[in-house]
Amino acid sequence: MTAVKYDHATRIYEGTDIAAVDQLDLDVGDGELLVLVGPSGSGKSTALRMLAGLEPLDGGSISIGDRDVSEVRPRDRDIAMVFQNYALYPQLTVAENMGFALKQHGMPKEERVKRVRETAKILDLEPYLARKPKNLSGGQRQRVAMGRAIVRQPSVYLMDEPLSNLDAKLRVQTRTEVVELQHRLGVTTVYVTHDQVEAMTMGDRVAVLKDGVLQQVDAPGTLYHEPANVFVAGFIGSPAMNLVPVGEERPLRLGEVEVVFDQAADAALGGGTGEITVGFRPEALRIGNGPLKATIRTVEDLGPEVFVHVAIDHRGDSVPLVSKMSPPFSGEPGDNVGLELVGTTHVFGGDGLRVTSTNATLR
Amino acid sequence: MSAVPTPRVVGERAWVNRSFGALAWFVGLLFFFPVFWMVLNSFKSEQDANTSPKLFFHPTLDRYKDVTKSAGGLLSFSDAFWNSAIVVLVSVAIVLALAIPAAYALSVKPIHKWRDLLFFFISTKFLPIVASILPIWILARNLHLLNTRLVLIILYTGINLPLAIWMLRSFFAEIPRELIEAAEIDGAGLKGQLTSIILPMAAPGIAATALLCIIFAWNEFFYAVQLNPVSGSTMPIWVTTNISTRGDFLAKLSAASVLACIPVVLAGWLAQKRMIRGLAMGAIK
Repeated sequence: MTAVKYDHATRIYEGTDIAAVDQLDLDVGDGELLVLVGPSGSGKSTALRMLAGLEPLDGGSISIGDRDVSEVRPRDRDIAMVFQNYALYPQLTVAENMGFALKQHGMPKEERVKRVRETAKILDLEPYLARKPKNLSGGQRQRVAMGRAIVRQPSVYLMDEPLSNLDAKLRVQTRTEVVELQHRLGVTTVYVTHDQVEAMTMGDRVAVLKDGVLQQVDAPGTLYHEPANVFVAGFIGSPAMNLVPVGEERPLRLGEVEVVFDQAADAALGGGTGEITVGFRPEALRIGNGPLKATIRTVEDLGPEVFVHVAIDHRGDSVPLVSKMSPPFSGEPGDNVGLELVGTTHVFGGDGLRVTSTNATLR
Repeated sequence: MSAVPTPRVVGERAWVNRSFGALAWFVGLLFFFPVFWMVLNSFKSEQDANTSPKLFFHPTLDRYKDVTKSAGGLLSFSDAFWNSAIVVLVSVAIVLALAIPAAYALSVKPIHKWRDLLFFFISTKFLPIVASILPIWILARNLHLLNTRLVLIILYTGINLPLAIWMLRSFFAEIPRELIEAAEIDGAGLKGQLTSIILPMAAPGIAATALLCIIFAWNEFFYAVQLNPVSGSTMPIWVTTNISTRGDFLAKLSAASVLACIPVVLAGWLAQKRMIRGLAMGAIK
């Protein structure tokens, strides 16, 4: 069993007071693919590098399996890492690159060659074994980097944005291949990305970080439908959730229009004070003859769906919202339209945490 | 070097380019002319060399024979050559052996306050060489090192070390960090990282550094003439022994100078390809 456990793991870079990773508590199950996601500077790469042993811990501990590896050298952690820029050794051939770690660990040449060959077969790299990395395409290099990790048969894979240098089409294709491969090998994997689509599609579970603090770790669907706080709500999903601060007044109003909840949600909200933020996803906002007056700003027709960016007058400001509509959609920038809510509406308290989610209507 | 076609620049004017080209050639030839004249003189008789400049003459190798034949008691060409070769090769080998780990500790795995240390290294170059000669001479005398190759090996090592560390540090810093980290995760210790990643990748930089150190050590005159006037004398000193107080010596001196230049030019030519890559390494990713 090789589960990975971060226990209050903290990293503070020299010359700063703020923790890059702040008391991270995270469990990665045996054979699980856990994705760390967050904007740049969120500490996701640092968290991965801490697990790799490339960054020391300033507090807490990290264990792989039953072993506390906090003070163990990278090479003794039984891990393999795929880097964003692949970090292939330029002067070595593909075969030598893949066999490098085995050689360092003193594996006899015959067995090494056999292992490299087997792995190359899995990744369709056999024709390229004698080539140098500079004579490979981006996709091939990416596969060599994967191969170099796989061939070692480590107990944990670490992947630091391994797909971000591929073009969009290849990225989507490789995404699927990596997930399939990971399931087949069944090796615990920690995968870092800034791309929330990648996170949602690949992860068994996804951990969202912001400013070095873990915000939420859950299955992709849970993150989407039950975000723990305003940050996760805004970060997961594309286009992002519409988040509108509605102040302390009751009843809650969007512009001039009242947001009506069912009784349970009203009860959850209680008579509480504090700034409230209302959030609803683009698919929960329908453009038609609803009560909330808005003006269309732009229309993005993607084919299977149309994103309509509108602006409403809300508390004296023009607030942008986005709606996801099914084609055909007829409407031009400048048109005045009426909005209504047709799906789940989330309510976040003054501390940013989600209070409740419910079906709401506008009146 | 293979010929690289000059890229066409949008909006450039041909006549401006041509005039600058002509100017560059003129300046280049102007600088090269004394060297050319020296080589020419080395094939002349003393008489021809000392009369009004002649482009056409009867070339002879006699001056080379004159300067290389050993005369009793005087510093011979072969002694000076071997002294120089040993001093240069040993000192450069020591410099590289010390500078490579130092550069690693200043770039790949920077130690605490590495900037201060780097400044300290270069600060040793602030002192004029002349100002250091008296203490060095006294030290060398007290340690019985005067007129030995060892004293020059020690000095040239000390003088070249800061430069070598600075150069190698910047070459090592060019190696992508991820490569070293990947090697670390792949199980390579310090030795493995050095031999399989850092040294092969920084090879052009190391060649460039070694060449500069060789050139300096081969050409150094001041310490050599002050500390080793009797034995352990190097090539630059041997060149000056061909200056005589009686009679003409221009052709002989030219021949000696040419001989002294050849090893450095040869080393430079051999290292040229690597060195240019080394010096340009920062520009290429």
